Amino acid sequence: MNLRSEGAKGVALSAPATVYVGFLVAAPLLILVAYSMWTQTYVDIDRTPTLANYREAFTDPLVRHLMIRSILIAAAVTVVTVALAYPIAYFIAIRAQKKTLWLLLITIPFWSSYLLRVFAWKLILGFNGVLNSALLALGLIDEPLTFLLYNEFAVVLTLAHAWAPFAILPIFVSIQKIDPSLLEAATDLGSSRIESFLRVTLPLTLPGIIAACLVIFIPTVGDYVTPSLVGGSDGKMIANLIQVQFGAANNWPLGATLSLLAMLSVGFVAIVFVLSANGFGRRIR
Amino acid sequence: MKLAFGLQTYAFFYLGFLYLPVLFLPLFSFNDGTIVAFPIKGWTLEWYRQLGSQDTLIQALVNSLLVGAVSAMLSTAMGLFAARAYVRYRFRGKRISEGLVMLPLVVPGIIVASSMLVLFISMGLKPSLTAVILGHTFLALPFAVAIMKSAFDDFDVSLEEAALDLGSTVLETFRRVTLPIVAPGIVSSLLVTFTVSFDEFVLAFFLSGNEPTLPVYIWSQIRFPAKLPNTLALGSLLLLASVLLLVIAEFFRRRSSKSLV
Repeated sequence: MNLRSEGAKGVALSAPATVYVGFLVAAPLLILVAYSMWTQTYVDIDRTPTLANYREAFTDPLVRHLMIRSILIAAAVTVVTVALAYPIAYFIAIRAQKKTLWLLLITIPFWSSYLLRVFAWKLILGFNGVLNSALLALGLIDEPLTFLLYNEFAVVLTLAHAWAPFAILPIFVSIQKIDPSLLEAATDLGSSRIESFLRVTLPLTLPGIIAACLVIFIPTVGDYVTPSLVGGSDGKMIANLIQVQFGAANNWPLGATLSLLAMLSVGFVAIVFVLSANGFGRRIR
Repeated sequence: MKLAFGLQTYAFFYLGFLYLPVLFLPLFSFNDGTIVAFPIKGWTLEWYRQLGSQDTLIQALVNSLLVGAVSAMLSTAMGLFAARAYVRYRFRGKRISEGLVMLPLVVPGIIVASSMLVLFISMGLKPSLTAVILGHTFLALPFAVAIMKSAFDDFDVSLEEAALDLGSTVLETFRRVTLPIVAPGIVSSLLVTFTVSFDEFVLAFFLSGNEPTLPVYIWSQIRFPAKLPNTLALGSLLLLASVLLLVIAEFFRRRSSKSLV
């Protein structure tokens, strides 16, 4: 190979990273597909190809239930996180005096361990926890609130907290990019502030919103820690079932099948979302 | 302006929401009681003192430091070369390669963890610290690439050309010109990737076998209410360590972009 040519240099330098990630994405995927067509017989794996795992996954009501719940919770988390984050991103991009300071302040908490943050929420929301004891001490409630922990609410709240910067940053960048003269033009042409927000700012920040939604939605469907710690039995998600197959139930082929199905569902929902969001973007422009 | 005032108030409340969990953990780690609730019974350092005598904890810490250090070096080395390729050269497959190395950021944790476990077992690699290192290097790589890209971004190519014109070999130029200039970026990348590995749980949970890292150890302790105060103390120390590392990393990153004017 002639290392003096620019192209060859680029390929050679980027090869280790590309090959490493490519291998660790492709190889596990292929083996997962293989495993999903095998059968667990106690400690051994029966390698006769079969679709039994898929049949089981599709007919088992628990699998369907957890899969749908995971997608709905992830969707709720995405909507809540983006809705809460948009005004902040807007504030930092348009109004804040010290933009860098604000951005730093917002990202600092997220450099701490995710496990510990979720654990902290469990302590805050618990029956005898921080929030209830504080409200009791202040005399605002007479008995502890029970709806705080071990349900979908707790999962959505905790995840909306965990993913906050992933919503704020892309939206901030897209607001920052807007040419102020566009907004001036809208005002000069008689738009009210709400109108110019809806017809100029919002459509122009749509790419940022779509990016934020994807970055939040995709990993959230497969989240394990949050449903385990704060979800209780009403808040369990598909990742908990997958972990059981690789752990206590020791049924790796079924676990592999569930992983693949989770991945396909996420991909399908994400593609439908991007297509419809782009369609929506064209309509309001 | 009413709207501006409203936005600002909202921003401060939101900031409070963001900091709520990371502030409560340290607060209650000094609480002289085993229940995490108001009112605080009194102040104590006892829970921190007890940490030093727990051998499994120390072993988990050593494991985490080892995994973090090796993953940081591997991912930063690969990120350094890849970022240089992306910033300096045009080549076929560049966009695909750039997109691919960012993929670990968005793949759901449970899918990465379960599929890597299956892969490593099939290749004869038992769950171990080696397996965790390989997984963490994968997860940390996008961070290394992003940081090194910004370090190379404002790098003045003419400095390298000057060195080459004056008779330096390619290797010499890299070692004596390129490396010193991007050094702050490398330090920043090492610190960030170390922190990513140090805090990571799900992958380590699947891949560590009987050699737990610190987050896996914490996970095993969360189940025991009697251990709660110690877990809080340990967690607070971890929070502090992560934030400190990141602040230092940020300092180096800024220095790298300033020195490139």
